[in-house]
Parts: sequence; structure tokens; C-alpha cells
Amino acid sequence: MKITLKVWRQANKGSAGSMQTYQLDDVSEDMSFLEMLDMLNEQLTSKNEEPVAFDNDCREGICGMCGVVINGSAHGRYESPVATTTCQLHMRNFSDGDVIEVEPWRAAAFPVIKDLVVDRSALDRIVQAGGYISVNTGSAPEAHSVPAPKRLADRAFDNAVCVGCGACVAACPNGSGMLFTSAKIAHLANLPQGQPERMLRVKAMIAAHDANGFGGCQNIGECAAVCPKQIPLESISALNRDLIHSLFKGDGKTV
Amino acid sequence: MAVFQKTDSSATDAALAYYTPGADIHDTKAPRGPIEKKWAQRQFGAKLVNPANRRKLTVIIVGTGLAGGAAAATLGEAGYNVLNFCYQDSPRRAHSIAAQGGINAAKNYRNDNDSVYRLFYDTVKGGDYRARETNVYRLAEVSTNIIDQCVAQGVPFAREYGGLLDTRSFGGVQVQRTFYARGQTGQQLLIGAYQALERQVNAGTVTMYTRHEMVELIVKDGKSRGIITRDMVTGEIKPWFADAVVLATGGYGNVFFLSTNAMGCNNTAAWRAYRKGAYFGNPCFTQIHPTCIPVHGETQSKLTLMSESLRNDGRIWVPKKAEDCVKDPRQIPEEDRDYYLERIYPSFGNLVPRDIASRQAKNMCDEGRGVGPEVTEVTQDGTTQQRRRGVYLDFSDAIGRLGKKSVETKYGNLFDMYAQITGENPYETPMRIYPAVHYTMGGLWVDYDLQSSIQGLYVCGEANFSDHGANRLGASALMQGLADGYFVLPNTINDYLASGPYETIDENTPEAAEALASAKARVEKLLAVKGSRSVDSFHKELGAIMWEYCGMERTEAGLQTAIAKIRELREEFWRDVRVTGVNEDFNQALERAGRVVDFMELAELMCIDALHRRESCGGHFRRESQTEDGEALRHDDEFAYVAAWEFGGDGAKPILHKEPLSYEFIELKQRSYK
Repeated sequence: MKITLKVWRQANKGSAGSMQTYQLDDVSEDMSFLEMLDMLNEQLTSKNEEPVAFDNDCREGICGMCGVVINGSAHGRYESPVATTTCQLHMRNFSDGDVIEVEPWRAAAFPVIKDLVVDRSALDRIVQAGGYISVNTGSAPEAHSVPAPKRLADRAFDNAVCVGCGACVAACPNGSGMLFTSAKIAHLANLPQGQPERMLRVKAMIAAHDANGFGGCQNIGECAAVCPKQIPLESISALNRDLIHSLFKGDGKTV
Repeated sequence: MAVFQKTDSSATDAALAYYTPGADIHDTKAPRGPIEKKWAQRQFGAKLVNPANRRKLTVIIVGTGLAGGAAAATLGEAGYNVLNFCYQDSPRRAHSIAAQGGINAAKNYRNDNDSVYRLFYDTVKGGDYRARETNVYRLAEVSTNIIDQCVAQGVPFAREYGGLLDTRSFGGVQVQRTFYARGQTGQQLLIGAYQALERQVNAGTVTMYTRHEMVELIVKDGKSRGIITRDMVTGEIKPWFADAVVLATGGYGNVFFLSTNAMGCNNTAAWRAYRKGAYFGNPCFTQIHPTCIPVHGETQSKLTLMSESLRNDGRIWVPKKAEDCVKDPRQIPEEDRDYYLERIYPSFGNLVPRDIASRQAKNMCDEGRGVGPEVTEVTQDGTTQQRRRGVYLDFSDAIGRLGKKSVETKYGNLFDMYAQITGENPYETPMRIYPAVHYTMGGLWVDYDLQSSIQGLYVCGEANFSDHGANRLGASALMQGLADGYFVLPNTINDYLASGPYETIDENTPEAAEALASAKARVEKLLAVKGSRSVDSFHKELGAIMWEYCGMERTEAGLQTAIAKIRELREEFWRDVRVTGVNEDFNQALERAGRVVDFMELAELMCIDALHRRESCGGHFRRESQTEDGEALRHDDEFAYVAAWEFGGDGAKPILHKEPLSYEFIELKQRSYK
């Protein structure tokens, strides 16, 4: 099929960008969206033009490295019948003659590096603030010494599936990272091992979230709608409950 | 059947034209004594570093997967000054994340006769007796600690209703020792290591450098003292110095272009170390995974694995009659289906090891009984043919027996992934699968301490030549990565660091200046060619050569052809490659070009290794060496050794060092899964 692409080109963080139009003639419906971009890049290279920079790695929907806004929705969520990462979106979801707009994640916390590539290191900084259980290697007790109820372990899992792609931030009108943060919180808060640091963790991670340029959450829900791993909006409610609870606890106070 | 046969002594080693024999390696530094005491002895014998002195010692770790991330976190916790590098934008994206099925551990929670010794035995046997006993025993020994550690970190393993951990069986073994986290065990284990790592970043013991690619190793007076990196955002090429360097940079499956590896997975760090004197062990030992989604066409950029756990309930078959291959599989009656693994291997059936399942799928398709779309292939004699490259993986029995809901609970995410990629519904029509390059057992040679042949250079995880011999069992890669990173390396590297801090070096030290200059010169050379062909077109061509001649079946003549083709391709690359843009920028074409250069050199060494090993073992199948019924035939009299290759210089032959494998505890047998 023939596809017209309008792609955001931006030389670097400091420069102004613009949409550029390209034509592709032999797109097959079995191609993934990124293979279609590979095809564009081969075409640009043959014309001695610079290929479009875009992040990607596993191409199996699990590493979270890829992510662009396609026709206005993060990962092209509204082009696909199911939740998806960009790499798992396939061209059979498009039709001959379609015009497709491709843009980078746009959020204050994610400055553009080049073209479709953004800097998402702010997500790592939220985790650094407390998204872990403090256990040194070698000091763990026997795995079966602490049973975890299956229901809670499953709920932890439903949140642990977050791939850290940042689509939630890109989709949010406020550029909030609350769905990401809540997934980390809910993952650890639902496990017995996560209890000792639970209150400290939520305080520290929310403080880091706010300090890193993410916006506030107004429960709009666009984040959960585009999330490739379907982290539920309820995780944000769970985070808020823990956050309020934590305000009545001494954890994190300097003594 | 003979346990092993003597090789035909009249046959000459055709590979001798390509390599120089070197001295054997007899000491791998494992302590003497009973196998179950060796690791404790080594831990006791290793020199210690006083906690107060540790922060004065710097360790560079390249890679943030299970091995690298776990090692960085653990050495950070110990108090060393750790510099950790990765090419991705976050350490949580390393390709360990894509492992689906699970992680083995000898916990014997199932009361099914499992033990450390059985895991050790299964791993050595599964590796077709080409792994080192001492290292494998230690791997099995620490496997139980890994599960404890991961649970304590909050890894959400699958659990039973009683709140305890669930396990399942996995290809090649008959006990249920595989712990899993739905279909994404790799991601959950990696998040555990990543969280531990970020905790150390927060504590200031680890400094993390993302979007940095190692492009050279600094070696002074025989000791590894640092690395050169290219900042992938700014293009800055600069040196970093340390008392020891750890490579945890994964495997080299992308030498085949199409593999289940991530797009960025590469062999550059390991190859640069090889060129500086680190031996490369068993490069031809690659694993072809039997259950991947078949190629859709020429624009295919990578292949996707479907977890091997599917073989627990799915049944693999092809039509008995070639004319049925175009039919809707649901219309083919039971009696016209050939469940070939169940037929050939009645005791293991669909759960035979990966190398066997893969080769049989190839055999069925070679016979003309493959299914799915026809793809155009160029055969070794240069003719073009149409072949169907796929076999069915059928769940209709399992759905009938367990119910659709139960199958969905077990495999739902894998079925969804299949449906999304192929547009077909696997609940209704059988999946189509075909083997694809998945894992590389070969890698940098290391001793018992995981130290390479360069002092102070340690190698962990898939990047080392590993504990898997000639074939890796399912769910053992995650085990090895975490064993190396959490428990082995942090208890051996101290023995070397205890003699530090080593003499101060900086960018004016001649060895560092030379490494920096050569890294810069290579980039300039790539940009200066200004030819007409894209980097990817060369990579694809290299991959096609490797898949055809150094893939699931290898022959003497084929490998010689491959070496000639690779040399031609390399010459053309340096004459005609087109790398757009400049160095001082985010330049993905340049990144890929540097990796392809190293893949082309590695490819030649792989073919030489495959050529010199005139036996079949594990994933390495030489057509000339098979039993009467077509199984791999080892030659233990001649090839029971690790091939450790030393760089001989540009344009010169590599030097082969043999590390003889002596089996003190396990008896060598011809593998049988029948």
C-alpha cells in the first residue's frame, strides 16, 4: 500500500522542529510500524539524506524503549484494536492511501534529543527516590518463609508489568507521570516484602515526581487509555490513599 | 550405538589453513577437591578488601542486564566505586527483559527428586558435554539463593493459592524446577535488579551512564584499566579509568541480522576486548530456538520468540503429505498429521532440548512438509527455490483437555502477542512456528573466577563463553546471568581488587591515548567512505550468509564458502558503505556501522571455529558427523575441549588454545531423548 508520512524532524534539543512529508509506496500489511520507518530510513539513506532518529530496541513490546505519537495518540493506540507499544503496531491497521502523522512524546519532563527521540531519564530518577525494597544481595531469607496471598501477588503483578515507556506522560494534558509512579508504588505495596518502606516510598517518589518537571494529576484518564500494558487508573487512587495515609506517619521525617 | 566414534584420522583439518595452533590451557583456577566443596573453598581462599578501602577502588561495568545490573548493584552495596554503562536510555531496558519462560533453581519445592546435583547433571548433559563441570556445579549451587534474593526484592513470581511459589517444567528436563512470572520472567527479574541498582545510584555508590556505548578497551601492562565510550547523544568519545572492568554485554546473535535479540544487541565490547588479547571461547556455539514466529517477508527486522513453555501443552506437527501443506490445518484429519517429535522421541516428545526441536523442524521443511507462506531461498549451489518455513504448534488438544480459560491463564499474553504480530487467532487455528537464532553459548573465555585472559577483565552472563556448553537448556540464561552478577563475580573480583588500587593512569598514558585515538580514527574512517550502500544492507547480507552456512547445519565446504563470502563483503563494506551524518550528533547509522564492522570480523571467526570442530555437538551440527538415524555425533576423543581463540592481528590467522574438558563427576554419554 501507499502511505504518506508526516514526521517531526528536529536537529537537536535547542533547535526548532517541523513536520516533514515523505511518501512510501510498497508498504506491506505484515510490516510492523517500525519496519515501515526502517523502510523510510533506507529510502532517505539512498537519497543521501539523514534518516529519522527514533528509539527502539526489543521490538517485542517489553523493553519500553520505543514510543511515538501516531495520528495524535501515544503508540498509535487509537489506530489499534488492542493496547500496544509502537513496535507491536502493525501496518495492517492502516489502509492504502493513509496519511500518518508521527511525533515524539511531548512533555515538559521529556526534552527532545533529536527527531522522535526524547530524554526519559526523569522516570529513572523517580525510581531512584525510593522505587525499591532495601535488601542487599545475600541477606534474603528463604523464599518460602513469607507467603504472599495470590490475590495480592496478582495485583502486584498487574502493576509490575509497566514497561516505563512514558506513554502515560505523553498522553496526559498535564504531562503528569502519575500512572507510571502509581504502578511502581502498587507493585511493591501489594507484596509483604514491600511493607516496611511503604509510607516512606510513596512520599519520596511523589516528591521526586514533582521535582522532575512532571505535571499534576487531574484524573483525566488518558494515561490509562493509551497504556500498552493496561495499568489501571485505580492504581493512581491506590497511590493517593497511601500518600494521604503516609502524611499521618512519621516515616521520612528527619529526627 | 557407540558412545562416541573416532574421527576419521585420514581426514585433514581443512580449518588449519585459517588458524594457528597454540598452547593448551590447563589451569582454570578452580580449587581441587570434591565438587561440592570447590566454591566454598574458593570463597574462603579469595583475598578480601577491607570495607573502608573499597570506595578507593573503581570498577567499570558495561551492561545493565541481569548480569551487569546485578553485579553493579551488589558491588555498589559492598562499597566499591562503580561506574555502570549502557547503550539504552535506561538500565531497565537491557535485553534480559525479553526472556519469557522462567528461571531454573534447584529448590525441589515439588518433591520430585530435584537437587543441586541433578540441575548440575542436566545442565552438563543438556550442553552436550562441552561445558566445564566446576562452573556448572557452582551455578546449580547458587541457583537457590537467586530465588530467595529475587523474592525479597519484590519480584512477583507466580504463586499458588497457599501463597507459595509455583513452578513448572521446561524443555529438556523432567522435573518442575522453573520459577516464572507469567510470560515475562525476564522483565520481572530485571526490574528487581534495576531497582537494586537505582537504590545504589541514589546511595551514590554507582554512577550510571546511559546512552553510552563502549568502543574500546584500555589495557596497560597486561591489565585491563578502563574503557573508551562514545556518548550516543553528543558523539563525545572519551576514556574512563578503573581498577577492574566487567563486561556484561550480552550475546552476539545479531551477527545473523535476524534473531530474537533486540535491535541494539551487539558484540562490539567483547570484540574490542578480543582484539586486545581476551580469548574468545567456542564462538560457533549458537542456539537456534525452535519456537519463534516465522519470517513474514524481506522487510523483516527481527524475530519474535514464543516462549518454550508453550511446548508443555502445545503439540508440534506437520502434514504427512506435502500436498496438504496448503490446506487449512483444521481440515487435515488426525491420521494425516505427523506429530514428528512425539514419533521420533517418545519419552521426551515435544519437550526435547532446543537444538533437537529446531533441527527436526528444519528437516520437516527441507522435506517439503513445511507450512505457511512460501519464501524465496537461495540454496548453497546458487539456485533459487520456494520453501514453506513453518511447522504447527497446536493447542486444540490442550483447549479440549483444560478448557480455553485455563489455557488463556497460562499462555494468554503469548497468544495475544502472536495474534498481534500475525493477525491470526491461535485459539482457533494452530500457531505457526520456526526456529530462529536466540542465544549464543560462545563468548569471551573466562576462568573459574570469571576473569578473562586479560587480568582485571571479568566477563559475566551471556557475554562469557558460559556454563551452557554447546547447547543451553531453557530457563538457564536468567539463572546464569543472576548467578554471575549477584553471587559469583562479587565473591571473586575482590581477590583481584585486593591488590589495588593499581597505579594511576590518565588520558596521557600512552596506552589510553592510543585506545582513544584508534576509537576516533575508526569513526572517521566509517564516515569517510561515503559509498552507496546502507549499513543495514550489509548487515542483512552478512546475516543471510551466516544463516545459510553457519546456522542449523554446517558443512566443511559451506563454511569455507562462507569465509570467502564474508571476506568479500567486508572488503566491499569498507569501499562502499554509506554512513550519513556526522559524529558529533545523535547518529544511529554511525552506531550501527560500528557494530556491523565488528560483526563481520566475528562472523569469520565463528566460521573458522565451526570448520575446525569436525564433530556435531549441541547446537553445532556438522552434516559430516551424525549417527545413522541423523542425530548429532560427538567425537570426545578429539573435541572434548573449549576452543579459546586468541586474536592474531589484522590479516593474520587467529590462534587456537584448547582447554581440555575433563569429566571427573559426570560420565560422558551420547545424549538420548528417545
